[in-house]
Amino acid sequence: MYLSFWLGAVVMGLGFTGLVLSAFLTFRVLNFPDLTVDGSYPLGGAVTALLIVQGMSPWLTLPVVFLAGGLAGAATGVMATRLGINGLLAGILVAIGMYSVNLHVMGGVSNLPIFGNPTVMTAAGTLAANTDLAAAMVFGALTVVVILLAYWFLCTEVGLAMRAVGDNEQMARAQGISTGAMKMVGLIIANGLAALAGALQVQYMGFADVNLGLGAILAGIAALIIGEALMPVRGLLWAIVAVAVGSIVYRLVVAFALYLGLPPNDIKLGTVAIVLLALTLPRIRGIGKTAR
Amino acid sequence: MIEIEGLIQVFNRRAANEVVALRNVSVTFQPGEFVTVVGANGAGKSTFLNALSGVYVSDEGAIRIDGLDVSKTPEHVRARQIGRVFQNPLDGSAGSLSVEENLTLALLRSSPRTLRFAITQRRRAEVRDELSRLRMGLEDRLSVPVRLLSGGQRQALALLMAGVCRPKLLLLDEHLAALDPIVAQVVLDLTCRLSKEWGSTTLMVTHNMEQALRVGDRTLLMHAGQILLDFHGEARARMTVRQLVEEFHRARGEVLADDRLLLA
Repeated sequence: MYLSFWLGAVVMGLGFTGLVLSAFLTFRVLNFPDLTVDGSYPLGGAVTALLIVQGMSPWLTLPVVFLAGGLAGAATGVMATRLGINGLLAGILVAIGMYSVNLHVMGGVSNLPIFGNPTVMTAAGTLAANTDLAAAMVFGALTVVVILLAYWFLCTEVGLAMRAVGDNEQMARAQGISTGAMKMVGLIIANGLAALAGALQVQYMGFADVNLGLGAILAGIAALIIGEALMPVRGLLWAIVAVAVGSIVYRLVVAFALYLGLPPNDIKLGTVAIVLLALTLPRIRGIGKTAR
Repeated sequence: MIEIEGLIQVFNRRAANEVVALRNVSVTFQPGEFVTVVGANGAGKSTFLNALSGVYVSDEGAIRIDGLDVSKTPEHVRARQIGRVFQNPLDGSAGSLSVEENLTLALLRSSPRTLRFAITQRRRAEVRDELSRLRMGLEDRLSVPVRLLSGGQRQALALLMAGVCRPKLLLLDEHLAALDPIVAQVVLDLTCRLSKEWGSTTLMVTHNMEQALRVGDRTLLMHAGQILLDFHGEARARMTVRQLVEEFHRARGEVLADDRLLLA
């Protein structure tokens, strides 16, 4: 039972990597504070639940989920780049609006169970004795694939242009880069990833909940900071691996807090405490790395 | 050839703080010409450069590069033919990216960006080759993040980044102003040498009157949004700084008279 508890945390951490990677892409690479994920994360869960209940293969729902998240990101992108709305505000507007959208996707209910339907772990369930182990294998494989894809992308000409936009917008424009287009691409990919994370979460938990997104970005940033604090600064690939590490460690820390007896109602408060600790720990210990 | 016709730039039109930054500016630059631009603060030099590069969309007037009108073209599209170096060395490159990555960005400027790898063996060789022309040893520091370079090195890199694609027009907005005298001279020498190699029409804004007259082929003096004086050839070679200042006062007096006529 205890193994299942800790293993479950690791599984959640692996599945959550998409969201942390999303925060990495927007907050770190693009230097664009994107709060849309509070809406696109539960959207992914809602879409996958809806499609699974209708009988679609759980694997086939994933590309649809990515597209749905991408649309949410595109909405923020259009607001920020075309309508002249402040990026932070645009993300908030979309996230708030998505609450209603997600309710519609789930058919008007705030909670949509998918128990009894096949999930991405079902196939692996025959290989492993434990459902959590099966989930760990599937999510682990997916995480590795996503990390490699992210690294590949940031090494391409488009990826390099995106990194330039995040670092120095004026220079990027002077070097012929359309900063508006880069932000759109970044937001679409980031929110697609967040939606994927939501979908994996729902498939693991067995139900979709419209409130899943509350505080999602906070958790994502907390995980991002933890990962950066733990991993050595050694280039782009390590920074991306740090995303996955941070995601898993974050979930383990939350699990540990629950294990110590933290009431489930206080998880959000506990999360804030963890973020504060992660932010101030380097300063206390005098380590060079400071979070932005 | 760069042709500018009737360029007008107004800020805060119809508001209480309306400013006419450029008043009907018309001038033609020949290919490969090196032009220095001087003028008091607020004369419109930077606005002129920003209007050419597309940071500001001109209210009226035409800007033609080799016959093609770019007045309505967005900044990042115009950038394919225009190279810029800013006054602040930090503005010309991305601090968190490496020397190699920055120059690669510049090399990719003239073509649409694809999903191919940005840094390839061939491109690295090209980067090394270009960096060696600076004679600063940067070709041996390809993976160093640019924020660790000195101001002079960063500005030299920014200059190289502006010109690697052989742009038709090179805009230098007081790019030596933030450098110490020795480094400024090094970068100035680089500027003259590279702009000639690239064959770009170069506009260099400077506050240094001596430099303005001795460097390049032509000098423009701007005042109150207009090109007041335009020297080249013999007349320019014979001009001293004192004479230039006198010409400035004389021309300025005439302009002030015009203003009074307008306001009367």
